[in-house]
Amino acid sequence: MTLTADPGLAKHALTTMWTIRRFEEAVDDMFARGLMHGTMHLSIGQEAVPTGACMALSEGDYITSTHRGHGHCIAKGAKLDAMMAELLAKETGYCRGRGGSMHIADVATGNLGANGIVAGGVPIAAGAGLAVRMRGGSQVVVSFFGDGAVNEGAWHEGVNLAAIWDLPVVFVCENNRYGMSMSVDRAFNVDTLAERARGYGIPGVTVDGNDPQAVHDVVTDAVQRARSGGGPSFVEALTYRWKGHSKSDKNLYRTREEIESWRERDPIAAFESAVTGAAAATAPSVPPALSESDVEECRILARDRVREAIRTASAAPDADAATLTDAVYAPAGAPIAGGTRG
Amino acid sequence: MTTTSDVGTGAVTAAGTEPVTGGAAAGGTAPAVAEPRTLTYSEAVREAMAQAMTADESVFLFGEDVGTYGGAFGVSGDLVHRFGTERVRDTPISELGIVGAAVGAGLAGMRPIVEIQFSDFTAQAMDQIANQAAKIHFMLGGAATVPMVLRAPGGSGTGAAAQHSQSLEAWFAHVPGLKVVMPSTAADAKGLLLSAIDDPNPVIVLEHKLLYKQSGPVPEDPVRVPLGETAVRRTGADVTIVATGVMVPRALEAAERLATDGVSAAVLDPRTLRPLDDQTIVDSVAATGRALLVQEAPRTGGFMSEIAARIVESPAFGRLQAPVSRLCGLDVPIPYAPQLEQAAVPQVDDIVAKAGELVRRW
Repeated sequence: MTLTADPGLAKHALTTMWTIRRFEEAVDDMFARGLMHGTMHLSIGQEAVPTGACMALSEGDYITSTHRGHGHCIAKGAKLDAMMAELLAKETGYCRGRGGSMHIADVATGNLGANGIVAGGVPIAAGAGLAVRMRGGSQVVVSFFGDGAVNEGAWHEGVNLAAIWDLPVVFVCENNRYGMSMSVDRAFNVDTLAERARGYGIPGVTVDGNDPQAVHDVVTDAVQRARSGGGPSFVEALTYRWKGHSKSDKNLYRTREEIESWRERDPIAAFESAVTGAAAATAPSVPPALSESDVEECRILARDRVREAIRTASAAPDADAATLTDAVYAPAGAPIAGGTRG
Repeated sequence: MTTTSDVGTGAVTAAGTEPVTGGAAAGGTAPAVAEPRTLTYSEAVREAMAQAMTADESVFLFGEDVGTYGGAFGVSGDLVHRFGTERVRDTPISELGIVGAAVGAGLAGMRPIVEIQFSDFTAQAMDQIANQAAKIHFMLGGAATVPMVLRAPGGSGTGAAAQHSQSLEAWFAHVPGLKVVMPSTAADAKGLLLSAIDDPNPVIVLEHKLLYKQSGPVPEDPVRVPLGETAVRRTGADVTIVATGVMVPRALEAAERLATDGVSAAVLDPRTLRPLDDQTIVDSVAATGRALLVQEAPRTGGFMSEIAARIVESPAFGRLQAPVSRLCGLDVPIPYAPQLEQAAVPQVDDIVAKAGELVRRW
C-alpha cells in the first residue's frame, strides 16, 4: 500500500505519528514539572517505525514491545487515556499502576507487552508465533527491539527458534544508533545489523526507519511471508532518538551537531512534505494525497486526543494500595490472552 | 507410638498420597478391589503429561532431547511416538530461548510444559523465569496470564558434581509470581504435575533425580493433588520432621529407626513451597513441641529458614520445648567424589542423630 497516495492511509499514518509525538512531549513535560513519577524512555524521532510496521498488521496480530514502547502501543491501537492513566499511577491505567511506562500491554489489541529487559520480548515473540502455529491460526507476531537487543543472548536464541520452526514472526529492529550510550559502531563488528539474519538463515533487510513508507513496504513483505508459512524475517530500521536514553541522560556520548542533523531528518516533517507534494521537485503527475488543511487536521486531532487522555486520566482514581497483592497470581480459570483454547 | 490428633491427616487421604508406613493397607484380608497400581516416579510424571495432552490440545511438551531420545532421564520416554513431534518438541540447547518461548506460547493461548534437563541450567533461563514469567501477570495489572510449567530435575547423589546437582528451590520460592512444587512420591509426581498444568500461573516443578526410579501406588485416573497442601507422611508425638524432595524418604526411614529407640517422629512434606501450607506444619509443631527441618540445599538462605520463621512467628512458639533446628546441606558446591558428595547433604543417620538429640536434650 502506498501511504503517501491514499488519503485515508496518509491521514492514519500522519495522525499516528503525531499522536506518538504529542503523547511523548506531554509526558516529557509533565515529568519535568514533577507531575509524573518514575522514569520513561521516549521515542521522539522514531515514530515512523511503529507507524509503518503496525499499518502492515491485521486485527488479531501480535506485537511484543520494549522499554521504549509508547509508539508501539499507540500504533497498535491502544487507548491513550489508559496509557496516560498508567503513567500517572492511576487505577484505570492499563496495568492498574503496577507496570508504568515500561510494562504497558494491551492484550485486546494483540500487544503482549512492553518489556523492561532488553531482548526480553524476542523469545516471547517466538513463543507467541509457536502458539499461533500450533493453534492453526493465521496471525503474525511483530517483535520490536532496539539495536542493543541484537547483542543479547535472548535475541539469538529467540530468532533461532523462530527460524528453525518457520514461525510467523517479523523481527523489527529500531536501530537508533545507541544502546544507552554505547554506539552501534563500537558494539558491532558488522556493517549492518541485518547481516545477522544470514546467520539464522532468514531474510534480513535494512531500511530508512524515518520513512514510514519504506518501513511499511518491507514489513508488509515480511508479514506476508510469515502469514503464508514462509517463516520469520529481520527488518533493521535506521532511526534516531532525539531525547536521551531515559531521564538521567546528559547526552555526554554524542554531539549536539549529530542530534541536530537527525532532527533535520524529522520523519513527520518529511512525511508531511511527501503527502502534500511539497517534496516533489516538479509538479506531481497525480494530485497530492493530503492538503495543508488535511495535515493541520491530523495535527489537531493528535493534540486533542492527547489532551483528552490527560484530562480523563488526571480525573481517575489513584492506584489503590489496598489491592496491591491481588494480581500476583492469577486465580484458577483466569482468561488467557489467546482466548478460547484448542 | 502415640499420634497427634490435631495434625492435618485429612490432607493425606484427600491427596491420594502413598500410605504411611504400617498403615491399615499393610495387613488384613485382601479387599475385593485390585492391588493399587504401582508406577515409578518417572512413569508417573510421563502419565500426567500424557493424560494432560490427551485432555487438552493446548498442552504440549518441549525441551532438549525430549523427543526420540526420550529425555535426558527418560521421563518423556515414548511420548513423541504417541503425540508426534509437534507436541513433543525437541529444541536446540537454548534454555533462555525455550523458556521465553514458553512464556510467549502461554500468553498466546497454549499451556506449555518445558523440560530443563538439569535444574542447574535454569540459571541460563533466569531472566525469562524471574523477570518475565513470574511478573507479567502482575506488571500488566492482571490483564494477561502465563500458564506454563517448567519441570527440572534437581538434587545430588549421582556423581554429577557442582553444576548438575543443585537444589535451587529457594531461588524460585523467593520470587512472587512463581509457584514451586517438589514432589517426593510417585503419586504426587503425577497429581501435583496435573495441578500445575491446570494452573494459570507459571509453576516450577522440581523433580528429584534419585526419586525417578522409586515406585509407589499411583491412581490411574488423572487425580489432581492440589497445590498448597502439606502432606503428613507419618504422625508422631515427640518431634516434627519437615522435609522436602529426597529428604522425605530419608526422614521416613529415620523415623522408623527413631521409633525403635522410643522416639515418635512425625514427618511432614510441604510438597509445594509456593503456595505453602504452613498451618499443617504449625499445628504439628504445636503438638510435638519440637521441629527438625531437613533440606538438601545449603543452609544459608534455604527454604527451611522460611519454615523456621513461620513456626516461630506462629502460636506454636509458645509450645516449643526445643529450639527450631535445621539439618541442611553444607554451604558448599556439590562435590564429585562419592564420599564427599554424601558428606555434603543430610543422610538418614544425620536425621536420626539430630532428631534424637532434640528429643533427649530438651
